[in-house]
Amino acid sequence: MSMRSITLGHYLPGESVLHRLDPRVKLVTLFTLIVALFMIKSFTGFFLYGLFIFAIFISSGLPWRYFLRGLRPVLYIIIFTLVLHFIFTKGGQVYWRWGVLTIEEAGLVMGSFMTLRLALLVITTLMITLTTSPISFADGIEYWLRPLRRFGVPGHEIAMMMTIALRFIPTLMEESDKIRKAQMARGADFETGNIFRRARNLVPLLVPLFVSAFRRADELAVAMEARCYRGGEGRTKMRELHTGAVDYIGVLTVGALLAGIIVSGV
Amino acid sequence: MEAIIQVRNLTHDYQLSGNEMIRAIEDLSLEIEEGSYVALVGPNGSGKSTLARHFNAILTPTSGEVMVDGLSTADEQNCWEIRRRVGMVFQNPDNQIVATTVEEDVAFGLENLGVAPELIRRRVAETLDMIGLSSYAQQPPHLLSGGQKQKLSIAGIIAMRPRCLVLDEPTAMLDPRGRTEVLGTVKQLNSQEKITVVHITHFMEEALEADQVVVLAEGKIVRIGEPQEIFGGELNLEELGLEVPTVPKLAHILRQGGLKIPDGVLSMEQLVNSLC
Repeated sequence: MSMRSITLGHYLPGESVLHRLDPRVKLVTLFTLIVALFMIKSFTGFFLYGLFIFAIFISSGLPWRYFLRGLRPVLYIIIFTLVLHFIFTKGGQVYWRWGVLTIEEAGLVMGSFMTLRLALLVITTLMITLTTSPISFADGIEYWLRPLRRFGVPGHEIAMMMTIALRFIPTLMEESDKIRKAQMARGADFETGNIFRRARNLVPLLVPLFVSAFRRADELAVAMEARCYRGGEGRTKMRELHTGAVDYIGVLTVGALLAGIIVSGV
Repeated sequence: MEAIIQVRNLTHDYQLSGNEMIRAIEDLSLEIEEGSYVALVGPNGSGKSTLARHFNAILTPTSGEVMVDGLSTADEQNCWEIRRRVGMVFQNPDNQIVATTVEEDVAFGLENLGVAPELIRRRVAETLDMIGLSSYAQQPPHLLSGGQKQKLSIAGIIAMRPRCLVLDEPTAMLDPRGRTEVLGTVKQLNSQEKITVVHITHFMEEALEADQVVVLAEGKIVRIGEPQEIFGGELNLEELGLEVPTVPKLAHILRQGGLKIPDGVLSMEQLVNSLC
């Protein structure tokens, strides 16, 4: 596996309206869309919501295979939900019977309802994460956590941790690759045996990696202090966030969608 | 010339477990002149990194005093002002780069100082230009070479416009090419930008470039002077556990062999001239 090909957070750079939205606005949008999704009570609602998401998807210019790839990990959860509802939710017409097992109308309805909701939830979230760089995400989160500062929520620190984590992922990847090779040269075996055996064999990889990560953290802390880092207080940012017309339109559209769903009761 | 850093009778003890103490620096006094290029050399455990960490208040004296630009490092209120004036570059470039792009990392120190965003952008551009990393501004740092990473670390410090740059073995982890790149940058900053440089190294070749060489052993200064004085004449650096640079060593051997070579020969050119 080449260390240079790792994509972080599956961000796909682009120039679409969705890409250009202010990260703070994107977070609000995402939140509103999720709320809207949970307010929907009918298939018509899902259809309209899906149409809306589809329109944004078309405008974003994202390749659709990324959505399929993103849906794959939740596929099992979706199937599991579907099966549970098919078997255990009873009511209405009985479609199929095998011994004590029956599949009834309510089960089918609830099952597909939940499946739709989950799938749309994943697609909505993917749409936002695929178009936002992790760094601007961190900026957005820092901004929204700022008012919570007085309740002791360390917004700046959380954002700084995200940045540092992103910065060090490639470094630690490279390092783990190096350690793995060094241990293999000493006869370590990472490839055979059952899952428990393999997990145990990872110990000689993880211990040096952790030790080194702690040492790095220590050095980084000194280096940051030497560069006058003293937390978020009195700190400025080179990258300023700007909201423009697009952002207001975005918020209004999503707000209208939520209001529409609540008022019409679809 | 005025002294930018004054060390007076500095002693530093590290606390080990319990009441055990280990003395890293003992009663050391030193003045570093503004605009000079000082090399700090010494064997492992001689206290050179400890001393360097006193220059920007990462460590504070157990006893004695360190004054930076007239500010005492013992006073906690001076701490940030001292760190702004004296920047520090460490050995491992990977462990001092904070941000995910080159330009963001250069901006880090300025952001900490609360500089206005547009001024940050201007200074970052200027600094990257000066160091020669402009074309990498948007790149993630892990794609840079070792030498470039270390230059980026220097850029991050220089952007804060310090008066003094302390480098703690900045080339120890680099290949020869990266080392040349970094040394070139440091020399340029010293000669063109008039930034005082304190360069800690265990490569004696690098110390030859300095205006002044300070040799430390067991927490004390054992020799101090211009490179000619330290390396040019009679050599007894080896007994301190230090390697003598190639050219002075060769000159010394030739001298012992009966050739007439004047003291103070440091470079290949000087050696050739005195031989032919």
